[in-house]
Amino acid sequence: MSNPYAKLPNWAEYGLIPLVNLVVAFLVAGLVVLLVGENPLNAAYHMVNGAFGRGEYIGFTLYYATTFIFTGLSVAVAFHAGLFNIGSEGQAYIGGIGVALACLWLDRTMPWFVVFPLAIIGSAAFGAMWAFLPGWLQAKRGSHIVITTIMFNFIASSLMVYLLTRVMKPLGSMATQTRTFEAGGQLPKLDWLLSIFGLNIGNAPFNVSFLLALLAAFGVWVLIWRTRFGYELRTMGHSPSAARYAGISETRITIIVMMISGGLAGMMALNPIMGEQFRMQLDFVQGAGFVGIAVALMGRSHPAGIIPAAILFGMLYQGGAEIAFEMPAISRDMIVIIQGLVILFAGALENMFRPAISRAFASFGQRSAAVQTKGA
Amino acid sequence: MSDLAIELRGIDKSFGLVHANKDINLQVRKGTIHGIIGENGAGKSTLMSILYGFYQADRGEIVVDGKAVVIKDPNAAIASGIGMVHQHFMLVENFTVLENIMLGAEDSQVLNTSISKARVELKRLEKEYALEVDPDALIEELPVGLQQRVEILKALYRKADILILDEPTGVLTPAEADHLFRILGQLKDQGKTIILITHKLREIMAITDEVSVMRRGEMVATRTTKETSVEELAELMVGRRVLLRVEKGEANPGAVKLSVKNLTVRDGRGVTMVDNVSFDLKAGEIVGIAGVAGNGQSELLEAISGIRRAVSGSVVLNGSTVDVTGHVDPGALRSQGLGHVPEDRHHVGLVLKFDESENAILGYQRDKRYLNGPFLNMEAIRAEAEEKIQKYDIRPPNAKLKTANFSGGNQQKIVLAREMERGPDVLIIGQPTRGVDVGAIEFIHKRIIEMRDRGMAVLLVSVELDEIRALSDRILVMFAGRVVGERGTDATEGELGLLMAGVEGPKEAAE
Repeated sequence: MSNPYAKLPNWAEYGLIPLVNLVVAFLVAGLVVLLVGENPLNAAYHMVNGAFGRGEYIGFTLYYATTFIFTGLSVAVAFHAGLFNIGSEGQAYIGGIGVALACLWLDRTMPWFVVFPLAIIGSAAFGAMWAFLPGWLQAKRGSHIVITTIMFNFIASSLMVYLLTRVMKPLGSMATQTRTFEAGGQLPKLDWLLSIFGLNIGNAPFNVSFLLALLAAFGVWVLIWRTRFGYELRTMGHSPSAARYAGISETRITIIVMMISGGLAGMMALNPIMGEQFRMQLDFVQGAGFVGIAVALMGRSHPAGIIPAAILFGMLYQGGAEIAFEMPAISRDMIVIIQGLVILFAGALENMFRPAISRAFASFGQRSAAVQTKGA
Repeated sequence: MSDLAIELRGIDKSFGLVHANKDINLQVRKGTIHGIIGENGAGKSTLMSILYGFYQADRGEIVVDGKAVVIKDPNAAIASGIGMVHQHFMLVENFTVLENIMLGAEDSQVLNTSISKARVELKRLEKEYALEVDPDALIEELPVGLQQRVEILKALYRKADILILDEPTGVLTPAEADHLFRILGQLKDQGKTIILITHKLREIMAITDEVSVMRRGEMVATRTTKETSVEELAELMVGRRVLLRVEKGEANPGAVKLSVKNLTVRDGRGVTMVDNVSFDLKAGEIVGIAGVAGNGQSELLEAISGIRRAVSGSVVLNGSTVDVTGHVDPGALRSQGLGHVPEDRHHVGLVLKFDESENAILGYQRDKRYLNGPFLNMEAIRAEAEEKIQKYDIRPPNAKLKTANFSGGNQQKIVLAREMERGPDVLIIGQPTRGVDVGAIEFIHKRIIEMRDRGMAVLLVSVELDEIRALSDRILVMFAGRVVGERGTDATEGELGLLMAGVEGPKEAAE
């Protein structure tokens, strides 16, 4: 039997449905705010104002968005191959080692534009390595990638605790972090980019890794839709049996895709480590890997969708912090609830409104269809 | 009371821009067998799904037994006395017959009493309609024909007076199909009304009283079966005259191109599916493998094409030995001159979510002419796809359209164009016309013959005996994984049918 829901036009598929999901998520979030005894409109104002009200706020929003673009791309690449990489969190965490090593090694002698490429390679290599093992286990041993990547998140976490308490911490320091990098380990801010629009970046850590994120997004698009490897990985993602028929090696694709996915996740570490903190701290990823799953879902695993979705989550992070500050009754945890609702409606329940919207389109499209089919 | 069991008035249904049913009117008289035929995508299944409550019509009225009814889901359909036997059975494999029949019709939360009640009722139904089946047998242990009988009993148990059968003979041997028709005849004699959806014209002629023809979402004609002919129906279905018989000349077999020796293949559960099969395939001939679905034909094709590993045996393709018991790269076989049209185009031969042009290179994605280094050469891919669309008359002629949006026949043409146009030495084809409309069948058959005449060696597997007989120069019959006989083109249907049922299998005792 054919698919009961006809294909929607692209603008509805990629624009309207996510928008409806988002609006519903915010409505429910508004109810929660109401329950706490605060005015939801007020909260909405603080959210939007806190995210976009000033150049500095925008800088923070885009700083968070940079992080989520990397992790969103990471999840999306694996997703196209039919692999659900839950391990972006851990891969990003381990990727930090690559960034830190490059910076600790050269920050005193080299300028940032020499350290940055090395840090990129380092972060991607470490992230890829951390994803290689689950990929290899899936391809060769059939261990399910969802399970292994979750487990690898915990292993990564423990490993980093060890490294940051024993190995990478400066002697005599009580803080679980590396030493602070000198100029060579600090990425320049994108204040000039904001000032084009007449905005003042203030203290926001919005830095050049944003440009790298955009480049990575383009690269992912090319990889998936314009290369032979992308063709093979999509074939496997849509239909493993067709991939076998076409002589595509599942083992090879699984391992390489996981390494690319891990590499992208690892590059996320550049943003907080070289762009904001100028040192590697315990727990610097802060759940960005998991947010990446929501970003990828909401962005339909397409780079053009991932970038706006990442900015949306950047807004939730930055604007949410502002709400917590301005409205004391709303705690930081409430913000997590709101983010959770967005993930719930945009990710998990993304198809909830599809039948209704499809039906609306079907009845709406009928009159015009009658005209069109005569021509066909 | 009306003498019409069902009347549909002005049924209209669209899915988005697809207008699946256009203002359909249909009258089915009580106590008759009413056939509905049409090509794939003509809207038969949609219409029946509306009648059975899977979909809602956008407009129109359903009248059952003189009363206008609203059928909002299958439960409402059952309440109106309409039962459906699906093409793909809706049975729980590891339940018994009795449990399946009760499923969804239990009287209470506690099953004990309803089980014994159901048993009594089932016995009565079995006797009344001569539909014997062991109530305690597990579904998975029953042959397909009996499973279908369970489906029919399920509908009768729910007191259906009107039975809809959707392509019921697709999975049956000729003998089983005959048996089904006898059952349908009995049901008719008992006053039941039967709607038979099929694309097989011969079935329509054999058992229906009236027949309605659908084409492109419209009901184009209703005829009394006795007063019509296969030719007229085919013409009504397609909208033009069709050549029902394939015209082909003598075969001119040349050198052996594919040699299969003692091939044994097991499935995932370790059950032997192909048992010590040997045959040769020569250039310029079509060898057909007949058999009821599930007797090892699929696994044989998969082993030869490198998708499934064989346990033992050897395959020589074009003079070079293929290590079928080890790891085989299907891509390497392609470059050695093997073309493969798989049985299951939806899951194997195509990626339905891909554009047409992307599917046109599936399996050949490493060919240099589609690549610029690691990048896809989009222009070359598009150009070649468009050329094949022209040559194979694939409709709609849009290389950027998602493959899922093509009809079954056109999807099959996409696969055939891809596998045939490179001129492989050996072409293996599984179910070339399954789910393909009459117009496209004619085209596909002509192409296959053409390929043979060009010196290609063609191995053809089909569960349609007519197709095997029409195309093959030699016929091998498979039963329970073995080749139980080889016949020439002069073999009768009865003779092949017996072989397919394993009756004349020489090694049957060894089973």
